[in-house]
Amino acid sequence: MNGKRLFVTVGTTKFDKLLKTVTNEEILGILHKLGYNQIQLQVGNGSYVEVKHESIELSYNTYFEDFDNEIEKSDLVISHAGAGSCLQVLKKKKPLIVVINDDLMDNHQLELAQELERQGYLYYGTCSTLNKLLLQDITKLAEYPTSNKTLFAKYINKCMGFS
Amino acid sequence: MEDSLWLELMILCLSLICLRFFYLVHKVTTSSATFPSAKRRLPAKTVICIGSGGHTTEMLELVKQLDTERYTPRHYILANSDTTSLGKVQSLETSRDHRIVAIPRSRSVGQSYFTSVVTTAYSTLYSVPILARIRPDLLLCNGPGTCVPLCVVAFVLKAAFVCDTKIVFVESFCRTKTFSLSGRILFYLADHILVQWPLLKSRCRRADYVGQLL
Repeated sequence: MNGKRLFVTVGTTKFDKLLKTVTNEEILGILHKLGYNQIQLQVGNGSYVEVKHESIELSYNTYFEDFDNEIEKSDLVISHAGAGSCLQVLKKKKPLIVVINDDLMDNHQLELAQELERQGYLYYGTCSTLNKLLLQDITKLAEYPTSNKTLFAKYINKCMGFS
Repeated sequence: MEDSLWLELMILCLSLICLRFFYLVHKVTTSSATFPSAKRRLPAKTVICIGSGGHTTEMLELVKQLDTERYTPRHYILANSDTTSLGKVQSLETSRDHRIVAIPRSRSVGQSYFTSVVTTAYSTLYSVPILARIRPDLLLCNGPGTCVPLCVVAFVLKAAFVCDTKIVFVESFCRTKTFSLSGRILFYLADHILVQWPLLKSRCRRADYVGQLL
């Protein structure tokens, strides 16, 4: 049986605590039990210590030009709470776990994660609750609907008197 | 004699502009959004205010959906230090009709409060001749701090009859329950406010929600 692939992203931010949490013994153990054998970490501006694991292959990259492709290849994405990253994953309809950086006082990111969780599109938590988050049933997550690309143009047309 | 006449005229003009400023504020805040009834035939000169990071991505995602024939030429105003956003704008527009205007950055990360007042004032004044020359029909912004001075300038120019700009503010996707500071300031200046979450609409009577944009 082929193993599953996990993609961890921190965008362009620095979120070393997440990288450290994902690669600690306990979490790696849980991931192994869940059937993951490949973890790709996108580390942004952070610094990290490369971790080796006997049954999970870990690789580190600073940034990906083709983010969508990385998401596409993965079975689960763990992301920081940036709106851009979250949207990209949701649009690809991949299961998403969002980890809030509680060292940042950026509460509107929390606001977004809360709302998206309320609507059933993702699970969110902090580094210290990641172990419990991973045990949630990701098959229960709802698919993020594809947006209607004409709504904005219609609205602006109405504002400007084009329609 | 001549001098004092000029001075008096100046003061008169300025007070008229001030009065019209407050009249316009009153108009946009009290009337529920009025959409023009006359059909527009000429293309709209558009100014798009580019902030940074997530704001830029979001704004360009929306601009992509606009009809390029109707909204032309498109002027992108961004901070001269923001090369990431510049790259994103260029990769969206490639060969299409657009212009990029760089203005001095109003505040750098970690800059002290006092000096940021000075640099913000500088970048605000810097944008006056730019907007007066473009005289946009539409100013689009989605809430980075830098868009507030631009909207203020456009609004003053509107009060001075220099241009007739529709200011449209789109609140960022990450705002689900509360408005950003920029949003709360632009309640008084923007002609139209568009939000991306139904909950936010209840926070501002004037706000419009048309569905999921992104």
